[in-house]
Amino acid sequence: MNFQAIKAIYFFEMARTMRTLMQSIVSPVISTSLYFVVFGAAIGSRISEVDGVSYGAFIVPGLIMLSLMTQSLSNASFGIYFPQFTGTIFEILSAPVSFLEITIAFVGAAATKSALVGAIILLTAAAFVDLEIQHPVWMLTFFVLTSVTFALLGFIIGIWADSFEKLQFVPLLIVTPLAFLGGSFYSISMLPPVWQTVTLFNPVVYLISGFRWSFYGQADVSLWVSLLMTGVFLAICLAVIGWIFRTGYKLKA
Amino acid sequence: MSPIISVQSLDKTYEGGFQALKSVSLDIQEGEVFALLGPNGAGKTTLISTICGLVIPTGGSITIGGFDTQKDYRAARKLVGLVPQEMPTAPFEKVIDTVSFTRGLFGLKKKPELIEEILKDLSLWDKRNNPIMTLSGGMKRRVLVAKALAHEPKVLFLDEPTAGVDVELRRDMWRLVGELKRRGVTIILTTHYIEEAEEMADRVGVINRGEIILVDEKAALMQKLGRKELTIELVEPLGVLPEGLDGQAITLSDDRRHITYSYDAQAERTGVTKLVTALSQSGVRFHDLNTRQSSLEDIFVDLVKAKS
Repeated sequence: MNFQAIKAIYFFEMARTMRTLMQSIVSPVISTSLYFVVFGAAIGSRISEVDGVSYGAFIVPGLIMLSLMTQSLSNASFGIYFPQFTGTIFEILSAPVSFLEITIAFVGAAATKSALVGAIILLTAAAFVDLEIQHPVWMLTFFVLTSVTFALLGFIIGIWADSFEKLQFVPLLIVTPLAFLGGSFYSISMLPPVWQTVTLFNPVVYLISGFRWSFYGQADVSLWVSLLMTGVFLAICLAVIGWIFRTGYKLKA
Repeated sequence: MSPIISVQSLDKTYEGGFQALKSVSLDIQEGEVFALLGPNGAGKTTLISTICGLVIPTGGSITIGGFDTQKDYRAARKLVGLVPQEMPTAPFEKVIDTVSFTRGLFGLKKKPELIEEILKDLSLWDKRNNPIMTLSGGMKRRVLVAKALAHEPKVLFLDEPTAGVDVELRRDMWRLVGELKRRGVTIILTTHYIEEAEEMADRVGVINRGEIILVDEKAALMQKLGRKELTIELVEPLGVLPEGLDGQAITLSDDRRHITYSYDAQAERTGVTKLVTALSQSGVRFHDLNTRQSSLEDIFVDLVKAKS
């Protein structure tokens, strides 16, 4: 293992975050706080309780998941896309660094950044509502798994994209709708039966459900199904990345 | 001594069928400066990129320092520094950070004194805290060279190092190549500028349409293929060439004041004596003689023309 190289790329990526502090850390916190004010305080005051939890507290896990997913995705995709755009990727590809190390460094940095954002949102939320975390270990498990999985997905998108438009396409048109429709702001049981079935095809449902369970012990689907689905999603991302490495897809001619 | 780089029957066919390299074999000796010449699109950059691991070969093998670039890519790549032809730089990075970053990529611990020395050598020290996007094109080129040297490579690839740079930087590059050679670094450069190869290279390879068509010592190449030209300046204009001299190799200039004779300097009989004797016997007076060795450029143009 070339640990120096992993360190170099990781800190290079983290330095980029620090340079763009407003964009990377502050803006997601502000936008999530806005969600919180609008959905939690304004609308939430008209909804009494969901599954025995106040609406304000109910949406906290969903909000954190939403930002983990979008942040991991955009950080990782931009992180690997930009060197391709500028051409500086050449030095990483001609250095004694394996694809595995490249992935660990980029995905690790993206996951770290989104985890930071997630943690800040958790703390911000604690200022608005009373939070309880019934299963902290599971909470952390879902937290880390989601950051890493979506960073991997972002990494794939960043390699696939050959324009800034494509880079925005998947996060904006696929992941955001899936996250919104995945029960960030409501319980699946609040939907009509047909839509409950449709919703089960949305992979994000399982992530949010499991994560919310770790807070309040309430879930739309069972914990094990959530965990299994997260694992499946992770495995798919890893398989695609494995294929990219074997073929050099878009990276090497 | 075994070569530091050995390329054996290397093939590269791009998706879409374009064959960029056709069974290229080439050995580079340790410590030499090797110039790879060829017209645009000849395969120079593909060859370098394949050796450096940026392009996956379709066939053949490459070793660097005895390490296979596919199976033992870590050991092989550690020996190599690459300055690409394009100037890809991370626009927002500081000069010193980007140079240190490359060292890290090659698995080496920080060595600030070395980075300082490299930046000073390349006149970049004053700019070390500037973001790269604020630098001029020439300065960016220097940054790329600094990056390529940050991990103390034994082999340095310079892909068109002086394309579009000013005279000062070109001289600096030449000086740098000389200095690195003294330190024992093997240098492979590609160039359009034949004068560059003439100035710096020990050996020259010519590539055209994906094939290496010639590799030789620069001096030997120039001797072997180099023809000499003798120009005789006449005192008075000459109407016609004296009889017996109107062969193919002898021409009279349009102003009728110069006779040019092209000959093979290596031949046993160059024909110079015969020409001069014949001229004086015919009473043609001349007041100066001038000989010129054909340059690598002439040789190169001839070679590429002959093969295409």
